[in-house]
Amino acid sequence: MKADETTAWYLVFVAWLIASVSTLGALFFGEVVKVPTCVLCWYQRIFMFPLALILPIGLFPFDRKVLRYALPLAAIGGLIALYHVLLVAGVIPETMQPCTQGVPCKEQVMVWLGFVTIPLLALLAFVAIVVLLCIAHFRSPK
Amino acid sequence: MNQKVLFALAVAALLGAFALGALIYKTRQGEQAVQIAERNRGNLVRTHSPTLGKADAPVEIVEFLDPACETCRAFYPAVKQMMAANPDRIRLVLRYAPFHNGSDRVVAVLEAARKQGKFWPALEALLAAQAAWAPNHRPQVELVWRHLEGLGLDLERVRADMAAPEIARVIAQDLDDARVLNVTKTPEFFVNGKPLPSFGYEQLKDLVDQALASARR
Repeated sequence: MKADETTAWYLVFVAWLIASVSTLGALFFGEVVKVPTCVLCWYQRIFMFPLALILPIGLFPFDRKVLRYALPLAAIGGLIALYHVLLVAGVIPETMQPCTQGVPCKEQVMVWLGFVTIPLLALLAFVAIVVLLCIAHFRSPK
Repeated sequence: MNQKVLFALAVAALLGAFALGALIYKTRQGEQAVQIAERNRGNLVRTHSPTLGKADAPVEIVEFLDPACETCRAFYPAVKQMMAANPDRIRLVLRYAPFHNGSDRVVAVLEAARKQGKFWPALEALLAAQAAWAPNHRPQVELVWRHLEGLGLDLERVRADMAAPEIARVIAQDLDDARVLNVTKTPEFFVNGKPLPSFGYEQLKDLVDQALASARR
């Protein structure tokens, strides 16, 4: 493996670590702590969970094309997380939220340090995965 | 380091952290449940509750029950079996936790049947016919009457008594006690004041066996 390719491998590896920590974190809060999961959280899960399984396929053997099949998931998940963060922040008015029944998406059960919420963590994770995958793609030799 | 080894170690570390976290959380939750039950002993048993078995039995099972709950229905014979296997040593105290929408009306029917001394036969008849009057987990009080025939109940009087304010008070009190004791699912059992470490028939049986053994000593 060339030096450039090794660097790219580690970038994808870190992206996988982020996806896995996010997946297990979501499962921990959902299944162990039993925090109710709102509709938007489910949509973000739909795009985060597969990343934890798909990214390793691009690691063994290293596949420069991993961007092609992982980016759609990470990008769409990131957009949903962004929408959710804006909803929680009140930028998007409450009337526009799609989930009036069940658990309201605007209500945040888990808040750390006064501003860190689960959708914010999801947004950061999706953005980090997108950035890492892009750098890995352009740094690895064709 | 070999990349495959690194990946395998990362997987092991992540899963290990998850399992450890879950274990720590569950243990702490169990300890908290014991403390909540201890702190609120007064909320556990009320004089208004229906009971089965001798009043001075050494082991007391408090069960929070929803007549529309399928697991309650499944556990009912198991509890009866435990009582039959240990005659005069176990007392059952029933508390209501009608969490299903509309279940409180069915509880009111049971309480009205109790006024005629037919609480336990009525409960058993309704549990047996649960699927018929609670289709798709939606309890419908108008469907229960058919299943109460043949018990010797004056159903007209049951209908009249259902609306009694003391019955509404009993249900409200039980629901309030369930909230204080952090009962969010049914059935929930407390054996001599101790909650189950985790939900399950084995856990209930172990707790009852422990209580029976320590009562014998």
